[in-house]
Amino acid sequence: MVTYVFLAAAALAVIFAILTVVPRNPMINVLSLVVLFFSMAAIFAILGMDFLAAIQVIVYSGAILVLFLFVIMLLNIRKVAPFGSGRRWQALIGTLVAAGIGAMVLVIAGLLLPEQGSVLPGVADLGTAVPIGKALLSTHLFAFEFITLVLVASIVGSVYLGRREDR
Amino acid sequence: MTPAELVPVPYTWVLALSAVLFAIGVVGVLLRRNGIAIFLSLEIMLNAANLAFAAFAYRFAAGHATAAAAIDGQVFIFFVIAVAAAEAAVGLALFIVLHRLKDSIDVDRANILRW
Amino acid sequence: MWAEVAVVAVKLAFVLAVMLTTVPIMVWVERRGSALIQDRLGPNRVGPFGLLQPVIDVVKLLTKENLRPEGVQTFLYLLAPVIAIAISLSTFIAVPFARDSGLSVFGQPVDGFIVAPNLNIGILYIFAIASLAVYSVVLAGWASNNKFALYGGIRASAQAISYELAMTIAVVGVLMSAGSLHLQQIVDAQTGTWLGFLPRWNVFPQFLGAVTFMVAVFAETNRLPFDLPEAEAELVAGYHTEYSSMGFAAFYMSEYLHMIVGASLITVIFFGGWNLPWIDIPFDGWAGALFSMGVFSSKVAFFMWFFVWVRWTLPRFRYDQLMALGWKVMIPLATLNFLWVGVGLALGYF
Repeated sequence: MVTYVFLAAAALAVIFAILTVVPRNPMINVLSLVVLFFSMAAIFAILGMDFLAAIQVIVYSGAILVLFLFVIMLLNIRKVAPFGSGRRWQALIGTLVAAGIGAMVLVIAGLLLPEQGSVLPGVADLGTAVPIGKALLSTHLFAFEFITLVLVASIVGSVYLGRREDR
Repeated sequence: MTPAELVPVPYTWVLALSAVLFAIGVVGVLLRRNGIAIFLSLEIMLNAANLAFAAFAYRFAAGHATAAAAIDGQVFIFFVIAVAAAEAAVGLALFIVLHRLKDSIDVDRANILRW
Repeated sequence: MWAEVAVVAVKLAFVLAVMLTTVPIMVWVERRGSALIQDRLGPNRVGPFGLLQPVIDVVKLLTKENLRPEGVQTFLYLLAPVIAIAISLSTFIAVPFARDSGLSVFGQPVDGFIVAPNLNIGILYIFAIASLAVYSVVLAGWASNNKFALYGGIRASAQAISYELAMTIAVVGVLMSAGSLHLQQIVDAQTGTWLGFLPRWNVFPQFLGAVTFMVAVFAETNRLPFDLPEAEAELVAGYHTEYSSMGFAAFYMSEYLHMIVGASLITVIFFGGWNLPWIDIPFDGWAGALFSMGVFSSKVAFFMWFFVWVRWTLPRFRYDQLMALGWKVMIPLATLNFLWVGVGLALGYF
């Protein structure tokens, strides 16, 4: 039963990833990405990571993509150049490279880690907020504080880049 | 849902999905001319990487004795999400500046620094 | 497994039915309540005390011509009201609405009067889904091919994301003192008394957080004094200018549904959910569950009236005042509440 839900989420993810890349209307791209992030959150939840699923929706769908929408509305981008326009040979080579990378990952995964199967019974309640919170504030404290600095730097940077030079 | 019960999704399927999404993202980055679309494809790639982390965290969470050791995969996903947010903010600000200069966000037209 | 699905389906059907029938009642309350506050009569011709007025309104909205103005982007135009209703209905599944003391139906345990009982990230789920409500507003404004709708859409979404931050930080204090994200455990932590005479509701020790949260919920649901996005005198009707009949009905309904969810959240997080002030609920089993549902409903009803009361009392904020309030006042106050709770927990008081 859960397998079918996972397969449905995976199919949705692939379909909407293609819908993010190919169509010409930027709004359709962004909305397809919203659905893609939602299906990724569903996959995280199936793998037992509830907290990350919620964070994925809050941060990615609810904040980053709203930012994308704002920029599209601000710059009034309606229709853009078609997918792969003016780059015929690059289109072919690019697609082959991408397929090659995908196949490589699959082959490596299949060769080095040949075991398939369900996860063994492990630590309970690993998906809630408690273990992540504890890890962020003890083992990974430096990275956590540093991420704060990264976010402040990005805020200051974007405000500075976006200002208008009227005078 | 906790991993303490048998969940019938092999982790290699999750890795396969991650590979497919990554490939789609690469195609998008290489072949789109619109800056916003390139950025969206980049986000697909980041998410594919997150899925790979999730697959391994899911598979190897059982081998650890305490929650503190088994949580590293999820913490990394958390950091990737935070970094993606920061990068999206700065990247979109850059696109706004590009639009002000060139009145278009077609990346083929941002070629002033070419040899 | 099918018994579990059946129990969840019954709870879901119940919640949806209650929410969808509360909307017409709220329409009536709004119109009669506003009349009361403004010293006039309000609808009193259709049915006793105008009680059938919402029914007639629904008939009117259904039979109006379903316009589609020229130049709108059809798919996005039709998607926006769908998202609005879907989001506002989906948030309620993590809210507990009655007390469960081990009840079971046909041998299957009810597992808490909450549609999704094992969602141990309860409140994060609600915030996640509520943050998606911005899309309905933004898409409605953009797809309408109308400058005023676009202004309304951008203002509404900027307001929504600004106050989302304050809302989330204001709740963190409660999460720290309750020790869990699950709303049922937050309600269970609010039984008993505080210093002997105050009920142990979270509003008393964390008053600042409660006030910040309530103001943020007003802003999130686009209710006065934060309703600049749909300000009648300024932007025609804001982001839903170009919608008529069912589209407008969908946005109207979604506003009231968001209000219901907001009032339920305020009740559950800060005002003790279904707990009575000083005494415990004296009944047990199903009688206790129904009584607790009644207590919860009366608290939610009070907060819905509070929404209406504030709407017709306070004037509207100007847009720059609104944004300044959200970023420069609400977020520092919420952080102050969070620090206060942290200090209290470290000293052992909470």
